[in-house]
Amino acid sequence: MEIQKVLDMLKFSLFSPEMVRKMSSAKIIVPDTYDDDGYPIDGGLVDTRLGVVDPGLRCKTCGGRVKECPGHFGHIDLVRPVMHVEFAKHIYLVLKSTCPSCHKLMGKKIAVTEIEEEDAKPVLKEAPKEGSLLDVAAEVAKEKADKAAEKAEKAEAKSRAKTKCPHCSFELPEIKLLKPTTIFKDKETLLPTDIRDWLASVTDSDLRELGFDSTYARPEWMIVTALPVPPVNVRPSITLETGERSEDDLTHKLVDIIRINQKLEANINAGAPQLIIEDLWELLQYHVTTYFDNETANIPPARHRSGRPLKTLAQRLKGKEGRFRYNLSGKRVNFSARTVISPDPRISLDEVGVPQLIAEELTIPMHVTEWNLEHCKKMILAEGYPRAIYIIRSDAKRLKVGETPEMRKEQAESLKVGWSIERQIVDGDISIFNRQPSLHRISMMAHRVRVLPGKTFKLNPVVVSPYNADFDGDEMNLHIMQGEEAQAEARHLMKVEGQVISPRHGHAIIKPQEDHVSGLYFLTYEGANYSKEEAANMLYLIDITDLPEPDLKDDRYSGKLLFSQLLPQSSNIKLTSKMGEEILIKNGKLLKGAIESRTMEGELLEHMFVAEGPEFTKTFLDRVTKLALQAISLHGLSVSLKDYTVSPKGMEKVKEITSKMNREIDNLIMQYKNRSLERAAGMALKETLEGLIVEITSKAREDVGKVVESDLGLENPSIIMAKIGARGSLLNAIQMSALVAQQTVRSKRLTRGYRKRTLPYFKEGALTPAERGFVYSSFHKGMTPYEYIYAAMGGREALVNTAIRTARSGYMQRRLINALQDLVVQDDMTVRNADMSIIQFIYGGDAKDPMYASKSEVIENVKQDDIDTA
Amino acid sequence: MTEKDKSKKSNVMIAPFEAVGVVCAQSIGEPGTQMTMRTFHYAGVAEHVPTGLPRLIEIVDAKKEPKKAIIDMHLKSSYARSSTEAEKVAKDIASVFVSDVASVEDDLENLVIAVRFNEKDGKAQGITFHMLKKALETVAPDTKMDEHQNIITLKPSKEKTSAKGEKKKLTAKAVRKLTQKVKDAIVRGVKGISRAVVIKGDNEYFVRAGGFNVLGASIHAGVDANRIYTNNIKEMEKVYGIEAARAAIIKEIHDVMEMQKLSVDIRHIMLIADAMTYSGTVKSIGRHGLSGEKVGVLGRAAFEETIKHLINASATAEEEKLIGVTENIIVGQTVPVGTGKIKLIMKGKKKE
Repeated sequence: MEIQKVLDMLKFSLFSPEMVRKMSSAKIIVPDTYDDDGYPIDGGLVDTRLGVVDPGLRCKTCGGRVKECPGHFGHIDLVRPVMHVEFAKHIYLVLKSTCPSCHKLMGKKIAVTEIEEEDAKPVLKEAPKEGSLLDVAAEVAKEKADKAAEKAEKAEAKSRAKTKCPHCSFELPEIKLLKPTTIFKDKETLLPTDIRDWLASVTDSDLRELGFDSTYARPEWMIVTALPVPPVNVRPSITLETGERSEDDLTHKLVDIIRINQKLEANINAGAPQLIIEDLWELLQYHVTTYFDNETANIPPARHRSGRPLKTLAQRLKGKEGRFRYNLSGKRVNFSARTVISPDPRISLDEVGVPQLIAEELTIPMHVTEWNLEHCKKMILAEGYPRAIYIIRSDAKRLKVGETPEMRKEQAESLKVGWSIERQIVDGDISIFNRQPSLHRISMMAHRVRVLPGKTFKLNPVVVSPYNADFDGDEMNLHIMQGEEAQAEARHLMKVEGQVISPRHGHAIIKPQEDHVSGLYFLTYEGANYSKEEAANMLYLIDITDLPEPDLKDDRYSGKLLFSQLLPQSSNIKLTSKMGEEILIKNGKLLKGAIESRTMEGELLEHMFVAEGPEFTKTFLDRVTKLALQAISLHGLSVSLKDYTVSPKGMEKVKEITSKMNREIDNLIMQYKNRSLERAAGMALKETLEGLIVEITSKAREDVGKVVESDLGLENPSIIMAKIGARGSLLNAIQMSALVAQQTVRSKRLTRGYRKRTLPYFKEGALTPAERGFVYSSFHKGMTPYEYIYAAMGGREALVNTAIRTARSGYMQRRLINALQDLVVQDDMTVRNADMSIIQFIYGGDAKDPMYASKSEVIENVKQDDIDTA
Repeated sequence: MTEKDKSKKSNVMIAPFEAVGVVCAQSIGEPGTQMTMRTFHYAGVAEHVPTGLPRLIEIVDAKKEPKKAIIDMHLKSSYARSSTEAEKVAKDIASVFVSDVASVEDDLENLVIAVRFNEKDGKAQGITFHMLKKALETVAPDTKMDEHQNIITLKPSKEKTSAKGEKKKLTAKAVRKLTQKVKDAIVRGVKGISRAVVIKGDNEYFVRAGGFNVLGASIHAGVDANRIYTNNIKEMEKVYGIEAARAAIIKEIHDVMEMQKLSVDIRHIMLIADAMTYSGTVKSIGRHGLSGEKVGVLGRAAFEETIKHLINASATAEEEKLIGVTENIIVGQTVPVGTGKIKLIMKGKKKE
């Protein structure tokens, strides 16, 4: 299969009225849709020459039925021309730049010299570059277009300065645009007919100066004379349950236009007074304007009978739900599935558990070759899962696999090499798994399908972090690629094990977490030892069947020994852990220290990924997590209220700290009140006080932290989890067991609520911690009503901030992606734009992949080791 | 080096046709959701300096006047060594307004303005009565001044002759206006720079202040004009040029990430900075900058201001070359990125 570009270029242009009439298959004259029998009226808005939407009818233009006929444009001849709202600015520009009398471009002389210079520049600029890399002509044309507006502006400025036309010395009137569509010549309104005549007599060369290309877009075509009527399938009517027909908004608008058009024509023919004609003309202008854009500034939007504003052409394209962003930049796809996710630590991290129901629904095309002919036949004959659903003949005709065994037998016998079948997905097929919001590329990774019972997708919990998924009801999407090339790309470039390291910072993102970390700690900490039976069980679970020699007395096995079974020979690590312990791994043997999160992700995993490769890392992760879960199950890990109860002695110390804090703060407040407090540089006295108080409160919390830590002890599960980086922090333990401490809004102590105080029970100007958001109670003890409100105030800010932050960062990311999406590293390591202009001469200055950049020393080390041993 | 190592080494290099732009945008954008919105306090210089997400957005927008700008002025060696010398520079640079050292009151009945010098404040700021008088002379040049102890009374002339020879009478409104002008007049210091503080850097003292008037600050004899830094990127571009602006963007984004303890590879930040500056001027990310100047009509239409771009394209008979990513997605073609840029040829074995 070859990648083929079907489209090379698109050209935008305007339709001339003649062109509109030429391509029209029907002139629409009746402001109505269906007759009483429910049949489309000839010359009406759903004329069958425009195509059909009702089943059973045939299009009069092409003879096609509903799905065959692409639809054909019709047109309405407007009795009087009207302005096109969107082009009002362009029309105004031409009118301002040309003389009302001789219609020649004013200020031309200056413009010409400028253009000559500018024309010469881009060519010169481009000359040194490789011709193949850049379409010089396109660049020039683009620059020209860009500058067209600028030029026109200059020309306009020139014409404004002069009061007389340089060509015919005509006294120039002031041309003004009253938005949206009215143009004034001095004080008199210019009628669209006059504007059209004026525009029509501007010469091609003058237009070129203004940036128009008269072959494709003449300005008089911006005055609507013949209005194209889009085919019916662009504006299908819907039939309600009551049998009533409801027309599309565009049809409604077109009905209005035809109605006024007819009325205008009748009045003109009857010789009605000019005033009435102009009013109707104005009304026609309004309808045509709202037909194009119903959100035009300064005019009331056209409304549906129900009072809802109509969705007209501009509204269909615009914005997030518009055609561009909703249907063109993002497309709906087949061969995909979505359901709730749940954890399954038993499957490999590069697998996804797919429910039977979904597996039966999703298919994959398979070419029939001489090597798999028999297999394909079997799939067609198959009674249950997995079976073929469709047969695609070499002439691209799709046949559904028969219901009865006889039919299937016949089909299987007729199957030929060169055809293909669509079969249900089976274990081992590749799929793309995705969770929204897809903030980075690792929100979509390739997983191997594993069909499992149940109705949810199963996911190994070790891969939740790149997806940022949890299992509280999250749903995820699964896609099945339909081409061999796509499948191969997914297998090689998007596989989960290839994404262990994040391209953002070059550190591990798929790594043991939470219980895995706790488990590994319990497995490897000093004193962890297992009986022969336990050790054998644990190793069997991770596919190790050779039981090593016991390393402890009484035939017991140390956890370190068990853990070391998983390490590659090459790992040599020496570092200080979060706990302050020394960790030593030599030649794949853990000799000293207990594994905690930092050791795991930093040195071990990243090193392994680079040195041993993704495949090895995958098996390691699969096994190490299993081992960890086994270890944590044997050891046990739970918390209870008791684990957050500080001893009476400890509470005494906490009280001491808080009362000391109170005394210090009272002291400061006194100094503040009698003005003996020293003002800090660049701060008001009040700010100085607040700053000092905040310092004291946070110091108090730190001190309490120390008390809590030593009181609860290193045996406390909560403290252990915080220390090894499994879950939670010391702060959580402090807040639960000792005190919640200072609440803040905008990084300051609470101030809001009532005049000069937080709550009405306090005196104005209250400054003590208790009055300004300090929570002395712990979650364990429970808060006083005041404190509860303080906590709510602080909590509310956090909530509001998250809401604002997600919206703002989402928009920022959209902008970033839009601005940078065309930047690609070329094969010469330069980073270039879509138009091939160079952004960087060498990507990142060294052409290194950020994913591995920080790991190059690992490679250097490998090299060094080889030399050393050689 | 073994074959295995060689292949490992080449793996470290970026793959040709890798969509580094998208990866960069994701790497900067994705941590945005984890950033805090808190503001930062620059010791004594400025409060509520945005950090985190708001600051990141500010940088990427290439704002001309960021909310709170900070300027770091490194000093010439003779001033940089001692804190007292540096303190002098700081004092000279931070602007002191008339209203800081004097009370200014207007008497609308007699159409005069009384400026009362506050000696205590003046002393604290190192401002003398003479300096105040000089400042008043510059702000109101053609005004008669009466001195009485520490009060200066400004008496604007009752009638003013304009350039055309018309005579205008002094109004109360004009006096009010002048009063405000007098209050805001600078007695000493650089315009736009406030609250300077001396900071001990690596083996030297430097001055940090609020504001970003680099040119103004560079005039001071103690300031090393080659070593002034402000977090206002546009100002860096204006004064030091585009390369400096690029370096400033990198530093600022890096600092934001650092402060939030989020790690982002420097290459991503460099790419953003390069994309914003490659044209020679600092361009923002967004419809008024890079995105608005993309070549493809469809690409621009799909981003923002859909109608505008389509209308302009048809009026000027623009061509859509389909060279960008979005453009090709819109028409349903392979995207010119990554594996979409290469073709695969398989050598098949003919059957015997």
